[in-house]
Amino acid sequence: MRLAEHRYSSVSAIRGPLLFLDRAFAARLGELVRIETPDGRNLSGEVLKISGEQVLIQVFGGTQGLDTRNTTVSFTDAVMRVPLGAGVLGRVFDGSFRPRDGLPMFIPEFRMPVLGAPINPVARAHPVEFIETGFSTIDGLNTLVKGQKLPIFSCSGLPAREMTDQILRQARLTDGGNFVLVFVALGLTHFEYQFYQQTLEHMQSRFVCFINLADDPVVERLLAPRLALTVAEDMAFRQEMDVLVIITDMTNYCDALREISTAREELPGRRGYPGHMYSDLASLYERAGRIHNRKGSVTLLPTVTMPEDDITHPIPDLTGYITEGQIVLSRELHQKGIYPPVDVLPSLSRLMQHGIGKGQTRKDHRDLANHLYRTYAKGCDLRRLEAVVGRDGMLAEDRLLLDFADRFETDFVHQGKLRRTIDDTLDTAQRLLDEFREVTR
Amino acid sequence: MNGMVTRISGATVCVDLPDLKIGDRVFVGVSRLTGEVVRLEGRIATVQVFEDNRGLGIGEPVTTAQGPLTVRLGPGLLGGVFDGLQRPLYKLQEDSGDFISSGQDPFPLDCSRSWDFSTECTVGATLKTGEPFGKVREGHIDHLLLSTRDGTLAQVNTGKLQLENPAAHFEDGQPLLGWHSWPVRKARPVRRKLPPVTPLVTGQRCLDFLFPMLKGGVSIVPGGFGTGKTVLEQTIAKFADVDVVVYVGCGERGNEMAGLLDEFSELQDPRSDRPLMERTIIVANTSNMPVAARESSIFTAVTMAEYYRDMGLNVLFLADSLSRWAEALREISAALEEMPGEDGYPTYLGSRLSGFIERAGVVETLSGTSGSLSMILAVSPPGADFAEPVTQACLRVAGALYMLDTQLAHRRHFPAINWTHSYSLYSDTAMAHFTEQHGEWARLQSRCRDILQREEALREVAEVVGMEGLQDADRLLMRTAEKIRLDFLCQNSFTDDAYATPKNTLEQITTLIAEHERINTGLKEGALLDDLLMEDANASG
Repeated sequence: MRLAEHRYSSVSAIRGPLLFLDRAFAARLGELVRIETPDGRNLSGEVLKISGEQVLIQVFGGTQGLDTRNTTVSFTDAVMRVPLGAGVLGRVFDGSFRPRDGLPMFIPEFRMPVLGAPINPVARAHPVEFIETGFSTIDGLNTLVKGQKLPIFSCSGLPAREMTDQILRQARLTDGGNFVLVFVALGLTHFEYQFYQQTLEHMQSRFVCFINLADDPVVERLLAPRLALTVAEDMAFRQEMDVLVIITDMTNYCDALREISTAREELPGRRGYPGHMYSDLASLYERAGRIHNRKGSVTLLPTVTMPEDDITHPIPDLTGYITEGQIVLSRELHQKGIYPPVDVLPSLSRLMQHGIGKGQTRKDHRDLANHLYRTYAKGCDLRRLEAVVGRDGMLAEDRLLLDFADRFETDFVHQGKLRRTIDDTLDTAQRLLDEFREVTR
Repeated sequence: MNGMVTRISGATVCVDLPDLKIGDRVFVGVSRLTGEVVRLEGRIATVQVFEDNRGLGIGEPVTTAQGPLTVRLGPGLLGGVFDGLQRPLYKLQEDSGDFISSGQDPFPLDCSRSWDFSTECTVGATLKTGEPFGKVREGHIDHLLLSTRDGTLAQVNTGKLQLENPAAHFEDGQPLLGWHSWPVRKARPVRRKLPPVTPLVTGQRCLDFLFPMLKGGVSIVPGGFGTGKTVLEQTIAKFADVDVVVYVGCGERGNEMAGLLDEFSELQDPRSDRPLMERTIIVANTSNMPVAARESSIFTAVTMAEYYRDMGLNVLFLADSLSRWAEALREISAALEEMPGEDGYPTYLGSRLSGFIERAGVVETLSGTSGSLSMILAVSPPGADFAEPVTQACLRVAGALYMLDTQLAHRRHFPAINWTHSYSLYSDTAMAHFTEQHGEWARLQSRCRDILQREEALREVAEVVGMEGLQDADRLLMRTAEKIRLDFLCQNSFTDDAYATPKNTLEQITTLIAEHERINTGLKEGALLDDLLMEDANASG
């Protein structure tokens, strides 16, 4: 604890989002600093590295207009903390927790460190409770459960935006419950922001938003999801709410990470992304979960746009290694006019087994899902054969499987903008399978 | 003697403290974070901190623990859940709540528990290092307490033993406790290594039949995400025919660990009818826990595994996943500004890895009994590209490769073990053993391989001409191969089928192959396949 506040004007260098300070006394790792620009603006920053009396500071909010002579830095003696309280509900903030909705800042009840602490693995409760998204392909075949992290792998040009928008509108718990959505947009274009704004207006107050626009400071892209997750953890584990955090788009997050990492002169790894990207992503994704003897939950639904549609690109690859499954969108289905264009074959929800069936969804869910998946997979295999020998050259039973695959795509996967409850989804599945059984008899 | 912090860069900290050795444990800062000395330059030591060190300041005090990083070994480890520094996670939860905070160091063993200690040693008996001086009953095993030095006993206690009280005294007055410390990075000594000879039955048909594993062997399981590495590791942890299982969740998902704990505390060990947790030690260092502790977690775990091996037991060490360990090594190396090798991994990745993997094996212990330590290690290659350094480094030392295939996983063929690219160098030894017990094993295995191999070639043809265009013999082969794949190689870990005894495995494959041969003979005699199949269906149904 310092008794007097130290103000330094000994900035020696500014490089990208980084600021080097000389002759600083007793700085702490991760300490929050206040930076006053020559024209009187205030910025905040965080201590990244200390070497004797030289301190390396990461500046939040861009280094435009800073100089080495008239910029002053003061230390706050605390790590960065997030203001928390019931007042966050229904509000829209930017990547530094400033209100973006024109209203005054709410009055915080208390503050928590922005990076949080890892949940003790033995305190974690295994996720088992069903969350309905309103999409058949997710609810029926790749079920999302409370406390899970399930990313959507999209490609540029595919309607991931429409899907997240719809999930924002229609996600719900089947047994009611205290449900809140946290929406985090990273590197969002103004065009897309306007699109989401209409949705947010209809959502009343069951949400919190963190919006970092494409022309906002890059460093805030790293900060925004952490602010959001700290808010989510507080709502879940202190206020006993079930929180669904939707992050779009993690690709922008990772690009920001690469940019900052390069400025720090770290060794680049695959495709220039830093070697610690796995741990960094894990520090976000792993904040999802449930805890024994506490009511709330944090569920994470991030969107990842796969560069060049490549699922082995480091961003989807590392994400897939941390998350409990993935929802993969397909360009081919999109071109057939199918919405949502979810390719169920590479999609997977690892926690589905425990979240479906009697008591969660419906007794027949597991059988229907397995049956549907297997029959569709067979149909898809046969499509390759069809391309070679033609439909007429195939066995009658194989042709029926091909028909089934088509029907599955148009009747089950495709649902337009309609919301399907889990019962609608399972009834549709049942109908498809009944019809198939009928013709193959 | 106190030193102080002079430089902080993430988890790498420089301290000014003389007389440290490489590998020494130090306590950093006012909250006494655990760290390990990794580099020395004059008075300045570079320390890798194992805990979250945000808030640490320049000038904070540093003290030395006067020795290397150790694990505490004694009765009560079984059933325990520890982090990468062997901190007991349940105790940690009691002390500091549901989230892990820094600077906690609870004792990993339960000192208040009393054990029924019995011994055949009497006063005047001479002990050698590593020789048992008594035993306690821990779960289903006799936990031998091993002497840590040579000496003659002057006094021996029996009956109730608590860990902080001496079980015996040496003539020089030194007490002999029920527990001791051992440095994590130092392999526990043995008399000699023995060749592995006994099969390790995993209960997975594909592994036991096609790619068998030996007790004391090492196999690696590389696979992209979604190929079922974790499920396979956990299934083996449940059913393998060993005495003790050490499972390391190294940089993996927290929810997976929660699932594992739930399941293991409910399930029974099929061989001893006791809770599965009683034979299991779990080390959990999830991906969001500090990176340096992830690096140390596999060493912490393997030291505990060696401790049980030294009692003459068969121990299985499972790690999920070694890639996360290697990545931790890479992060630490980058923070030390070392020259990077391939893909940014340090050039000592290979030697560090082989140093670790070579701790497996069948051994003659210091007391002359034999024990084994087997390893099945998951690897997560980026982009499912097996040419990457970690997979390749593992291949150089592992005896078996269980390659998981993304295509098979997409078809929901689990365990998604690719039968063309996987191999086991232990095959001959294991087969000799199985053949002795169950007959026919070797012939059936080569027949089965042959069918699968030929299916691969035929499938390409079938894709062009369609199944109709194939000859009857080839269609039969395709049919049998499909049966082998779906009914034999596929095994659902969530049903009763999750475990197959070698006897069942053999029976099942015998039936499949016999049917194939029978119909094949029919074909050779000029019958039509469809007729033969019809006959067969009528006969059975």
